[in-house]
Amino acid sequence: MKKITVFFVVLIVLSVAGITLAGGHDTPLGLPPVPIPADNQQNPAKIILGKRLFEDKRFSADSTVSCATCHDPQKAFTDGRPVARGIQKKKGTRNSPTVINSAYYTSQFWDGRVETLEEQAKGPFINPVEHGLKDFSPIIEIITKDHEYPSLFNKAFGVKTADININHVVKAIASFERTVISGDSPFDRYMYGREKDAMSKAAIRGLDIFRTKARCQDCHTISQTSAIFTDNKFHNLGVGFFRIEPKLMAIVEKIRKAKSKGLALDEKVLEKQEISELGRFAVTMDIEDIGRFKTPTLRNVAVTGPYMHDGSIETLEEVIELYDQGGEDNPMLDSGIRPLNLTEQEKLDLLEFLKALTSPAYQTLLKNNK
Amino acid sequence: MKKKITRRGFIKAGAAVAAAASLPLGLVEFSWGKNDRQNFTLAYISDSHLTHIKGTEFVRNFDKGLKRAVTECNFMSPKPDFVVYGGDLAQLGKREELEHGLEIMSRLRHPIRWVIGEHDYYLDLGRFWEDKISKTTYSFNHKGIHFVVLNSILTYNTWMNRWKSPEERMNNMARLDNPEGSPFMVGNTQLEWLRKDLSKISKETPVVVMSHSPLYKIFKPWNFWTDDAEKVQALLQPFEKVTVLHGHVHQILYNQIGNITFQAMMSTAWPWPYPPSYIQKPNLVPKITVFMNRADPFHERDATGWSVLNLEDGRVTNHYKLWENRDRVIRYDKKLGYPVDIEYQNPERRIPPQQHY
Repeated sequence: MKKITVFFVVLIVLSVAGITLAGGHDTPLGLPPVPIPADNQQNPAKIILGKRLFEDKRFSADSTVSCATCHDPQKAFTDGRPVARGIQKKKGTRNSPTVINSAYYTSQFWDGRVETLEEQAKGPFINPVEHGLKDFSPIIEIITKDHEYPSLFNKAFGVKTADININHVVKAIASFERTVISGDSPFDRYMYGREKDAMSKAAIRGLDIFRTKARCQDCHTISQTSAIFTDNKFHNLGVGFFRIEPKLMAIVEKIRKAKSKGLALDEKVLEKQEISELGRFAVTMDIEDIGRFKTPTLRNVAVTGPYMHDGSIETLEEVIELYDQGGEDNPMLDSGIRPLNLTEQEKLDLLEFLKALTSPAYQTLLKNNK
Repeated sequence: MKKKITRRGFIKAGAAVAAAASLPLGLVEFSWGKNDRQNFTLAYISDSHLTHIKGTEFVRNFDKGLKRAVTECNFMSPKPDFVVYGGDLAQLGKREELEHGLEIMSRLRHPIRWVIGEHDYYLDLGRFWEDKISKTTYSFNHKGIHFVVLNSILTYNTWMNRWKSPEERMNNMARLDNPEGSPFMVGNTQLEWLRKDLSKISKETPVVVMSHSPLYKIFKPWNFWTDDAEKVQALLQPFEKVTVLHGHVHQILYNQIGNITFQAMMSTAWPWPYPPSYIQKPNLVPKITVFMNRADPFHERDATGWSVLNLEDGRVTNHYKLWENRDRVIRYDKKLGYPVDIEYQNPERRIPPQQHY
């Protein structure tokens, strides 16, 4: 009986936030089932706990930054800034990606340096320009001394207060994030719901351009029964490459040396703009990965700007221009990226299509953006 | 820390050998025999086919292939002792194309050795090449290995003399399946030069021959063929370790004939299909070669690339750098006496071609 009550409380809390309990039977239209790891099954208590942890600012060096600072539910789980801003307004080097549908990524961060949402959640706490903690011990201390957390952890994991560790914390956060999924956009209703009028004529033309002339679909995947709009791979578009190109040889030597000494990538990546721009290379050390970044989902893209890994592009119109010109030329440019010769009408149609990827919960943001 | 399994990493992880094949170059370290003073690394770039359109315009796709190879070569760790350019820098032998190619190649930070291809040759019969770029027939010794470069794309005088203009001659040599075509050959002058050159070295000296066309016969209609290949082979067979490196075929191809190991280099421009896909005519494609899968046409660079060659105890291990795809490594197997793909030689280990719905 008690379990059922908790479940309904969760549903109410989450539906207010405009999100659905994933892993259940009500996956939103257009999305595949959310992958749930075997060692972190969803339960309502865990999700409620995760949401609270996600929003708790005490887990930062000066109690000013929570996960929700950069992944603000009111801003479609982004911060609307070009790059992340952490404690003491310290700036990172990369754009905060939305949490929405991040459960579908097979790797996390722009360079995919960790595999799971659980591992991802650990990173920002101890990043000097984000939450700025030296290690995880202050988090555990706050939790164990808190009036409510011990019982919430016990409900979620059946764990004694003395046994709570960082893995419980990130598992709860990840469980919450796996509920932050959203489909059911006009595109989904048109494509999978067979509602012919769900998208405007311009957006329907835009979808066709997206799949053909503009060559978007090869990376921003749409499949027969669902669409996550990412291939979960890494690509070089040349964005930000100008920052490293003149000194590329020296930078690569520097990171090779750092790697051979076993220095932590996270710190190196975010402190050093240059090393950040190397993208996936800093993870794999494979030359082919220089300047490659993960393909982000396009769902709710109209309300999650600014764009690209460095937040350097403010509007979708400019993003479309970038692709139309064939990316930013550089020797490592992905070979799927080439000039498109789109007409002005085609660009407008494409833009309308991208707006049609906005889920109901974020339609208000879309209207406010106009 | 647990080894991350990204999607790409998962595909790569397969087995220990698989992991070795996909490691960044600097981390690949094979163990080899006693004569390790002979071990070193080369890079091989070939078949860029830079194509002039007009004015300052060149075919973008082919430019990008060569530029990318040059960039990646510059980042090699350890550095290569030298880079070989395997021929067909130009598409129609035009001076504009060769100069454009030199400009791109000038960004390489390593010494270059040049091999001429038919697309560089048949417009001006190699004059610009020999004047500004390199000799076409030469040899040199490097760390205990005798390297020989041949111009293997010559042909019969009767064919040379039948065209009204140099352009017509070039265009006819550039065409595949050309009933008016003519097979390549090394020719008697070079054969005599080779005989003399090889007479100066001992039979134990490892020999690496670099030519544009394969010095064996594969498929005549596409000129995957050198007409007097047997004569060249006869001069090479007495040596204990011989490797022939060639371009021209734009695909992964390897063979063993007697003592001679053959390895093809990738093109930076485009892949050719394998001759058996052209079923009307018989072919001699080596049975030991594990074919590449069909390229994904979305990615211009798929099925193109370049090679890192590790010279180990006088043998060549060919690390194909395949863009937008998984690298492959072809290595001489001492027990079997021929080269094998270190991962895919066993049919059970192969990845089936991509299935589209």
